Amino acid sequence: MSTTETPKRSMRTPLGRVRNLGAAHSGTSDFWRQRLTGVAMTLLMLPVIVVVMMLLGRNQAGAAQILGSLPIALILLLFIFASAWHMKIGMQVVIEDYVHNEKLKLVAVMLNNFFSIAVALASTYAILKLSSGV
Amino acid sequence: MVEFALPKNSKISGGKTWPKPAGATELREFRVYRWNPDDGKNPSIDTYYVDTHDCGPMVLDGLIWIKNHIDPSLTFRRSCREGVCGSCAMNIDGQNTLACTRSMHDVKDGAVKINPLPHQPVVKDLVPDLTNFYAQYASIEPWLKTTSPTPQKEWRQSHEDREKLDGLYECILCACCSTSCPSYWWNSERYLGPAALLQANRWVSDSRDEATGERLDNLEDPFRLYRCHTIMNCAKACPKGLNPAEAIAELKLKLVERQV
Repeated sequence: MSTTETPKRSMRTPLGRVRNLGAAHSGTSDFWRQRLTGVAMTLLMLPVIVVVMMLLGRNQAGAAQILGSLPIALILLLFIFASAWHMKIGMQVVIEDYVHNEKLKLVAVMLNNFFSIAVALASTYAILKLSSGV
Repeated sequence: MVEFALPKNSKISGGKTWPKPAGATELREFRVYRWNPDDGKNPSIDTYYVDTHDCGPMVLDGLIWIKNHIDPSLTFRRSCREGVCGSCAMNIDGQNTLACTRSMHDVKDGAVKINPLPHQPVVKDLVPDLTNFYAQYASIEPWLKTTSPTPQKEWRQSHEDREKLDGLYECILCACCSTSCPSYWWNSERYLGPAALLQANRWVSDSRDEATGERLDNLEDPFRLYRCHTIMNCAKACPKGLNPAEAIAELKLKLVERQV
């Protein structure tokens, strides 16, 4: 409940306010991709834990040797791709929920995209570098 | 940002305790939210004592008893007193429900605490301003839309197709579900809320309707539909035992179905 101090009342009709700019005709793709990446991460979770256990206590050469195997590198790359995408969509939902200032929201969504891409690329680079033994 | 605290003039201050009715043997304490738009004061919680021997068993009976015997200025909506009209929706003991179908005896632990439906502007006392809620219902165009020539008699529907509307058509638009939804609290200007979306699914699921795709087009929006995060407060609150969250999930499924 809120007995707000004389809210700025628009002279627009309630229905006009609800219809506003109309439907964006989007959102289903993000909804679907969030489920897709969620299922992918669930499936990849166990193999990733196994790989991490294998890497425990190894030096760089040992780690590079393990990551040199294609299936192992692929598991990690797929996991990074799925989790970065999932993180990006999830964080965007949180921003849309709580940040109501339009300018701040645009900046936050932009930074979220940059951050997710940067994390994904940095992790991919690290794995490729180790697995190629450079 | 989202407002997590009440605005200054909505903070609740101490209220009046009304005298106990003389000669009453069994009393039930009622703590009721009061706010008068005309006196410039903050809201308060008034305490009343209801003579349960002289009053029906429901919370609405108690409120009517207070209005008739103690304080005629207490304001609340009511009409059918049997869970059909949805007028007396309010927050009773922390749960949105209908005052006419909630028994006083089901409210445990002392006083019956009554507030208006959460996160809506208050008109007076327990009366919320549901203008936006009704406009959202109007926006889903809750009527049969067809382009085929109107049949001489009625639009026909098989028993199986009619059954698909069970669990949807019973909604009485009391707003208990929408006003219990945190996502609706944060984004009620853009998110249609559980009640309007359940009604939207009622028309999308109607085999006689010929505007299904157009209806889905108008719902496909990150805010109108996809603010639902399956919190499920709506299903818990619904006094008619419906499940708006499931109806919303069905809408999402239909949108995925036509895309993937």
